[in-house]
Amino acid sequence: MSNPKDAIKEKSMVIQKEMLANLFTELSTAKENGKKVVYTFVPGNLTELILALDMLPVYPEINALQSGMRKRSGSYIKDAEKLGFSEDVCTYVKCDIGMMLNGNIGPTGEKLPDPDLLLLSYTGCFTFLKWFENLERLYPGVEIAMLHTPYQEDGVITDDQINYMVKQLKEEVIPKMEKVAGKKLDYDRLEKMLGNAAKAEELWVKVLETAKHRPSPIDSYFAGVYYMGPLNTAFRGTEEAVSYYEELYKEVNERMEQNLCPVTPEGEMKEEKFRLVVEGPPNWTNFREFWKIFYDMGAVIVASTYTKVGGLYDQGFRHDPLKPLETLSRYCMGCYTNLNLPQRVDLIEHYIKEYKADGFLINSIKSCNSFSAGQLLMMREIEQRCEVPVGFIESDLVDPRYFSYANIKNRLESYFQMLEQRKIIMSQEEAHV
Amino acid sequence: MTQAPPRLTTLLDECKQLAFDLNFTYAKQWKSESENRILVGYLPIYVPREIIHASNGLAVGILGAGDRKQIIKGDAYYQSYICHLPRGVIEMALDDNLNNFDGFLFPSICDCVRNLSGMFKLAKKGKFTRYFDYPQNFQKNIGGTFYRELIETIMNDMFKINGVKITNEALNNSIALYNRNRQLIEEMYAIRQEFPWRLSAVDAYHVMRAGMVVNVEKHNLMLEEIVQLISHDFGESLDNIRVVISGSFCEQPPIGMIKSIEMAGCYIVDDDLMLGSRWIIGDIDAHTNDGLNSIVDAFLTQSAPSSAIYDVGNPKGARLVTQVKMRNADGVIFCAASFCDPALLDRPDLQKACDNAGIAHINFQFHENTGQFKVIKEQAGTFSDSIKLWV
Ligand code: SF4
Ligand code: SF4
Repeated sequence: MSNPKDAIKEKSMVIQKEMLANLFTELSTAKENGKKVVYTFVPGNLTELILALDMLPVYPEINALQSGMRKRSGSYIKDAEKLGFSEDVCTYVKCDIGMMLNGNIGPTGEKLPDPDLLLLSYTGCFTFLKWFENLERLYPGVEIAMLHTPYQEDGVITDDQINYMVKQLKEEVIPKMEKVAGKKLDYDRLEKMLGNAAKAEELWVKVLETAKHRPSPIDSYFAGVYYMGPLNTAFRGTEEAVSYYEELYKEVNERMEQNLCPVTPEGEMKEEKFRLVVEGPPNWTNFREFWKIFYDMGAVIVASTYTKVGGLYDQGFRHDPLKPLETLSRYCMGCYTNLNLPQRVDLIEHYIKEYKADGFLINSIKSCNSFSAGQLLMMREIEQRCEVPVGFIESDLVDPRYFSYANIKNRLESYFQMLEQRKIIMSQEEAHV
Repeated sequence: MTQAPPRLTTLLDECKQLAFDLNFTYAKQWKSESENRILVGYLPIYVPREIIHASNGLAVGILGAGDRKQIIKGDAYYQSYICHLPRGVIEMALDDNLNNFDGFLFPSICDCVRNLSGMFKLAKKGKFTRYFDYPQNFQKNIGGTFYRELIETIMNDMFKINGVKITNEALNNSIALYNRNRQLIEEMYAIRQEFPWRLSAVDAYHVMRAGMVVNVEKHNLMLEEIVQLISHDFGESLDNIRVVISGSFCEQPPIGMIKSIEMAGCYIVDDDLMLGSRWIIGDIDAHTNDGLNSIVDAFLTQSAPSSAIYDVGNPKGARLVTQVKMRNADGVIFCAASFCDPALLDRPDLQKACDNAGIAHINFQFHENTGQFKVIKEQAGTFSDSIKLWV
């Protein structure tokens, strides 16, 4: 591992930082400048619609994860529990509500503006519905628009489902958004944004696919969550996002050509020992420590399902400017947690094979049924189909009470030992052939 | 005061047997008696059973294994922080309790049930498995159209198995039977509201749960008799408070817990335990030339308040308060399964609605196989005493 001081701040990181800083400045002055603010979710987000109507998006999930990283989530969660929320429920919801109870202070230390619209585009998780029902009551009188995204229960997107979504968009969601924005949707502008989205998506896929190279120049999970930021949040559809992914791809590609390993918070990894596919979101409260366990062992995540919650672009989906409402509908239905369990297993199997992974690991999140329910069966299926060592650890997104460092480290160390042994056995077998 | 009529005791015993027969013997027997009959299992909360009935099928409610089956395999499929119901259902599926079922429906009430539908698909259980993704949009031309298409898909699934084409006449007949079923259930609840001592909460629960596993014709006959028998005076009123149970619409509390609440001095005068059977409020029009349309309309406009339905514009807090007042209840017991996101995420708002209306409430969490009721009994007892003191 090279010295952390040597770690170069890559240009793409600087660009992303600037993009975020500008967004938060805009948000902090939104009310003065008459800008309308829309709270919405990451999976199945309709960012192009929001931006095309000159509104500003806020993502409560992102606020929650940032609160987790800033070590604020623990107290926010407790405050929500004092209000009557059970210890058992999704901690993102509680963290968000706790943050609101404490003045809704964003990552820059400034208060986030109250929403003018709650845009409940509810994809892949039933809890979203409950979350915004609660917010609607906590912001009395706020406008709320709901887009129900049908689940891919049969592993396909049907015409009935598309028609249902397009009708909702046309007759309910867009009129409500226009009402709040005080203007009509400019479809030319929307189409242009969808075109930009497709360009950024193309580049993002190229970035992800560099992990097929040995060694992988990126960590698709721990670094992937940063890389996916602009596309999953306020910037999809913008020129800035396209430039960001151009720069990111350039950097990653250069690293790949030089056979370099991923960059970590402590500098560049020197050796790729294990290639893993990971299912499930990361823990945010102890993100750095969690990541360190992996890079200290030379483990690189070459593909992850979590980086697909905001869209499954690597499986071919691109926003299509020629069919704006249909494409938004397909996008919402195609996000990872909106896939049925057999599709999820197939996707993981595909990743393990495509990315030539040595193992498969699940980080099961205590408070997220959408991801977690069924993971043990998924694990068995993968074990049978791919014959790679599988590992299972448990933590939470933002509740520090459920991150046990010693426990996770022990489990991972045993898992890495298993991978090591398998490597030895396999190389011995190869030598015999 | 007189004793309960012996016929009532016999009927209630039969309901008790049926309610907890996890092998679904009655349903399987029913299927074997005639060709082309099918069994369609469904999870909480609601599916339009009329459709299955009209297709020569029996909709069988699968409510988990409760405390009646030891869970061994199920625990290997679920982490400790996931509610108990799905592990019991998987255990039953792996143990052949659900053999002979033709299809399974998983209503879209939460991500556990949703993902369980995928587990059934992976395990290749039944000839069809559908996540019953009913709309959360209640406009006739949007959600209504989608709902109709969804039901037609299931009709087609059933047709592929038994070749029965659903006629409008058959559908109207099924609608009428289920209308009668809901009327009788409401009559039973109305009598219990006034004279809760005539039918204990546990007995009423058995009656309702039996209705999930037998054909509607049989359940109607049983209910007709039960309603008639409890219309006459018997038993003795106790100095109990009257409560509504809220939050138990999916995973079911163990019988011991329902009993403990009543023994602690709380008559349960309404609940959401078998919400699926009471989901549609009022009758569905059984005299049109498009019965399917009537079923769709009823879903859009007559659905009961529930944690599984988007409620902006029709908040369930206000609806709970109305229910409490209508039942002349003294308080609410929030009683949700541990780790049940839909029920538990609704709880603070429902509690607030109760507070604003001056309705007393307490809350418990449970597992379907909870074996210890001491604390719950104490809590319910204190609740009852405190209300008696102030009312
Ligand atoms: S349950 Fe999971 S997917 Fe749903 S809101 Fe919570 S963290 Fe997000
Ligand atoms: S008990 Fe709650 S969380 Fe569990 S399956 Fe039922 S509705 Fe879902």
